[in-house]
Amino acid sequence: MSDRLTIAVPRGALMREALDLLDTLGIDTSEVRSNDRKLLFEDVGIITMRPSDVPTYVESGAADVGITGKDVLMEQPEREVYELLDLGFGRCLMVLASVAGDDAGAEALRRLGVMRVATKYRRIASQHFERTGRQVELVEVKGSVELAPLTGMVDAIVDLTATGTTLRENGLVIREEIAVTTARLIANPVAHKLKAAAIDAMVEKLRAA
Amino acid sequence: MIHPIPSGTRDVLPDEMRELRAILGAANGVFERAGYGEVATPALEYEDTLAIGGVGGTLPVYRLFDEQGRVLTLRSDMTVPIARLVASRFSGAELPLRLCYFAHAYRGIKPQRGQSREFLQAGIELIGAPAPDGTAEALTLLCETLDAVGLTSYRIGLGDVALYQALLDSHGIDGQPRERILHELVTRDFVGLEREVDTLRLADATAVAQLKRIPQLRGGPEVLDGLDGVAHEAAEGLRAIHERLDAAVAERVIFDLGLVRDLGYYTGAIFQVYDPRLGAPLGGGGRYDDLLGRFGRPLPAVGWALTVDRLHIALAGEERR
Repeated sequence: MSDRLTIAVPRGALMREALDLLDTLGIDTSEVRSNDRKLLFEDVGIITMRPSDVPTYVESGAADVGITGKDVLMEQPEREVYELLDLGFGRCLMVLASVAGDDAGAEALRRLGVMRVATKYRRIASQHFERTGRQVELVEVKGSVELAPLTGMVDAIVDLTATGTTLRENGLVIREEIAVTTARLIANPVAHKLKAAAIDAMVEKLRAA
Repeated sequence: MIHPIPSGTRDVLPDEMRELRAILGAANGVFERAGYGEVATPALEYEDTLAIGGVGGTLPVYRLFDEQGRVLTLRSDMTVPIARLVASRFSGAELPLRLCYFAHAYRGIKPQRGQSREFLQAGIELIGAPAPDGTAEALTLLCETLDAVGLTSYRIGLGDVALYQALLDSHGIDGQPRERILHELVTRDFVGLEREVDTLRLADATAVAQLKRIPQLRGGPEVLDGLDGVAHEAAEGLRAIHERLDAAVAERVIFDLGLVRDLGYYTGAIFQVYDPRLGAPLGGGGRYDDLLGRFGRPLPAVGWALTVDRLHIALAGEERR
């Protein structure tokens, strides 16, 4: 059995810093950087995918380790993967936001007993409202969540924001901070045992990086 | 015509069944040669009876009522029903008891590869044989079974559930902080584990290092060196098992000090079977020295179960190479 690790790398916002980190491990990521259509880079043991698919590939063992956001892991708590390391980059806030001015969410909760909230993060949102004892109706959307309160479809949104720029540009303000999320290194539970030396070496180098 | 079957269940057709039968036959041959007698118990048990076993966390998902209104559940494993059976039907028997089974169990898991909500297990229970000899016998039989099935690359993770608990005890960590730390361990979140240990603000730097490091240790016998204090006892227990194993079995073992299993009745050594061709364990087991006592027959015991579908997937994967 080869001890080389197959690494799941997220495309999108986390990709560049994830690849920078892999460079520090001595992995040649130049082909991955120059080719954004190819998905599988067998020579260097890298597979690329959207961040929310990383736990799926790692859990099944198609990748030994992977890099993805804590938001993804919080949204998929049933995944059987090890969370090994907080990589520190890709820092974002999971927030409750609504249209600036009077807090439409609080108003709806007070008068109608239920807040309508649009989100891509159903698990995180419903847990947050359960913990804080408020009733909500979650509306799951796939695209730009910011649109939902602007059209009056919902009172508020739960979404991830890095700088808050998109929220501001759409006239939304942060009402509550739910969680801070960063990129995490995760591992398949079987690979974590069978390729322990390679995984530990990787973790040690990343801790030092 | 589409006639649905319950979520997480599936049918087996002749080609697959032929291969499953070969696996079961190989396991059965090993069990018989080792003197393990096959038992069967009802798939349905009274909920109150299974509750005595206290299967921690994993509540049975399938519940129904009989005609007298009593609550029945589909068993979530075979160890608790066999503990019940031993306590009520083998009162005068000579020890140790060697029992085996091929049976379906039912859990409310997320259906995925090799893991249905109804799944066939092949397993053994060795009752009345204390550690370390009983544990060594169970591990040896586990390897013989995997060999007979035809797997070549498997490894066995060996840990001790009591180890981390003893560590928490020795540093006086209880109540909510203890639960939070154990939650992070069970959910395999080492980032969360380190965070929870840090929030305790322990003055003792060695304690902090131990609490963080020990569950991440896994590898050869060298991981047991350097375990001192309360961890020393568990380390000696694991070493004692290892010393009793033949070389062929011993070389399959990976010590894994962070190993946890989701069933609540384990008391000492626990193990899990890994194969590089499958991303999830093929099965596992461990010592449950208190369980029989809960049924009124205090006896040390050890057992394991393999999920037959997962053996099959790993076998097919190994053959493809």
